[in-house]
Amino acid sequence: MSDEVAIPTSPSQRAEAAPSLLRAGSGAVLLLLLIAFGPTFLFSDYHLFQLTMVVVYAIAILGLAILTGFNGQISLGHGAFYAIGAYVTAILMSEYDVPYWATLPVSAITCAAVGFLIGLPALRLGGLYLALTTFALAVAVPQLLKHKLLEPWTGGVQGLVIDKPDPPFGLHLSPDQWLYLFSVFVGAALFLLAWNVVRGRIGRAMMAIRDHALAAEAMGIDIAMLKTRTFALSALYTGVAGSLGAIVVQFVAPDSFGIFVSIYLFVGLVVGGVSSISGAIFGGLFIEFVPNLAEKVSKAAPGAIYGVILIAVLFLMPMGAAGFLRSIIARLRR
Amino acid sequence: MEGVLHQVLSGIASGSIYASVALALVMIYQATHHVNFAQGEMATLSTYIALTLINAGVPYWGAFVITVVVSFVIGLLIERILMRPMANAPVLSSVGVFIGLLLIINSCTGWLFDYMIKTFPTPFPSGPPLFSGYVSGHELGSTAVTLIVLLAVYLFFRHTRLGLGMRAAAFNPVSARLVGIRVGWMLALGWGLAASIGAIAGMMVAPVVYLDPNMMSGILLYAFAGALLGGIDSPLGAVLGGFAVGIIENLAGAYVVGTELKLTVALVIIVCVLVVKPSGLMGRTVLSRV
Repeated sequence: MSDEVAIPTSPSQRAEAAPSLLRAGSGAVLLLLLIAFGPTFLFSDYHLFQLTMVVVYAIAILGLAILTGFNGQISLGHGAFYAIGAYVTAILMSEYDVPYWATLPVSAITCAAVGFLIGLPALRLGGLYLALTTFALAVAVPQLLKHKLLEPWTGGVQGLVIDKPDPPFGLHLSPDQWLYLFSVFVGAALFLLAWNVVRGRIGRAMMAIRDHALAAEAMGIDIAMLKTRTFALSALYTGVAGSLGAIVVQFVAPDSFGIFVSIYLFVGLVVGGVSSISGAIFGGLFIEFVPNLAEKVSKAAPGAIYGVILIAVLFLMPMGAAGFLRSIIARLRR
Repeated sequence: MEGVLHQVLSGIASGSIYASVALALVMIYQATHHVNFAQGEMATLSTYIALTLINAGVPYWGAFVITVVVSFVIGLLIERILMRPMANAPVLSSVGVFIGLLLIINSCTGWLFDYMIKTFPTPFPSGPPLFSGYVSGHELGSTAVTLIVLLAVYLFFRHTRLGLGMRAAAFNPVSARLVGIRVGWMLALGWGLAASIGAIAGMMVAPVVYLDPNMMSGILLYAFAGALLGGIDSPLGAVLGGFAVGIIENLAGAYVVGTELKLTVALVIIVCVLVVKPSGLMGRTVLSRV
């Protein structure tokens, strides 16, 4: 609603405002393009792989941010949706020879449906119950994936290996370069969608539920339904991230989707900034690069460092990295 | 039929462990409305402390007592240092602190005691199974120990002044403070007690499931299921729920889903409770005035 306050009153002012807005917008787009495409030709394949994983994690965390940051629901089990997305893609690619890009919509729909079903019972109740249920889901997922009934598809404990896709249209790119561009493209589309959802009518309803559920209900919002749909949307995001992750890593196995995937996504969410869309990118950078640095100390170090940083962030900058940056910028502008 | 009896009895044995952990969860939940996701890792840490003491030559029951005391102090310190500032913070912050704690304790146990799976001694005779083969010595002993603990906790809360004070602090902090109860310390004591109960559960289950840094993650899940089944704000309900989950888990594992899907049983119990009776069997339905 606050956006409408800024609308200029006279026609001449409006004419002035539009181009500057356009200029700012196109500047931002140019910057984004530079950040997205610069690395493609400057970085080595290994670094591109890492950056692709940043994009993947950022999408997964964005899903969590929509749920936790904008709707106030806590999930400790989004690793389960990441796993489902990864497995849908892996099964479709290795068993049915479906092209990699065509698996994304399938895994999106699958994860949204599973999210809807899981959210239906848990979301009628307060925040902790969802955290508990999703925690249980995440702990149970590796066992489910290993089960012998699913083994013909999932490959059991062994997991599945998938091939790295080649760049299309005869482009002269390495597979890693193409995958990076592809992930950035998917990620940009999903970020734009999230940005629009959050700023629209649905997003305001989501935030109203977060801030005051009773008042939201009095305004005519169907709380249970909107919460469940938000959960499904959030599961969709994380599932697509899982699909991309599977394509990038070229391998899925039950034991790589334990409870710690969910916990790391949660840590990335809090560190990046809970109710911020750009925070998801900081979160993605955090969970990709911090363990790499920490593992030089010891095998156990990443977990401990994650934990310490998580608690420190909660105590010192509850709005996360994105909120912290925003407050610094606000201070500089004053 | 004999098979069923056997499954029920070993269900009671594992249920006693779940009941203790569920009780520890409910004690913290009642007082602070926080669900301690790090309860399992805290118990694992305590079990490692016990193993270190035993390996250093301390007799089993001596190590047992020292571990319980040390765990009590650790729980107390966690409440005073980490949870106190979070008392009025949003749910997300408290969940975050618990998750941080889980990560720190998990990697510290892995780092200090390595990730190898270790055996843990049992103080009970390991001779031939008792009662014509139904129960092993350890099952009987660990069930007895946990039952004694549960009884002691009950008597403590029912019949001592301190227990009454802790109940008052959890039930109505404002009024409790007005009659001179130090509510903050009561919460810290509750944390210490929960940590001690978890430690005992850890030491009793370690000989069965073997000790590694992730030992308690499955058990914590069953304890969650038990606490929800019994009603997350009812200690007695949590204990009964824990036993019920132990029996259900064993029966379902033996006859319905097989051992590979036992964790999924916990998930199904949780979802079923939330769908059918969210307040649990013995919990209060929370009404809030608009």
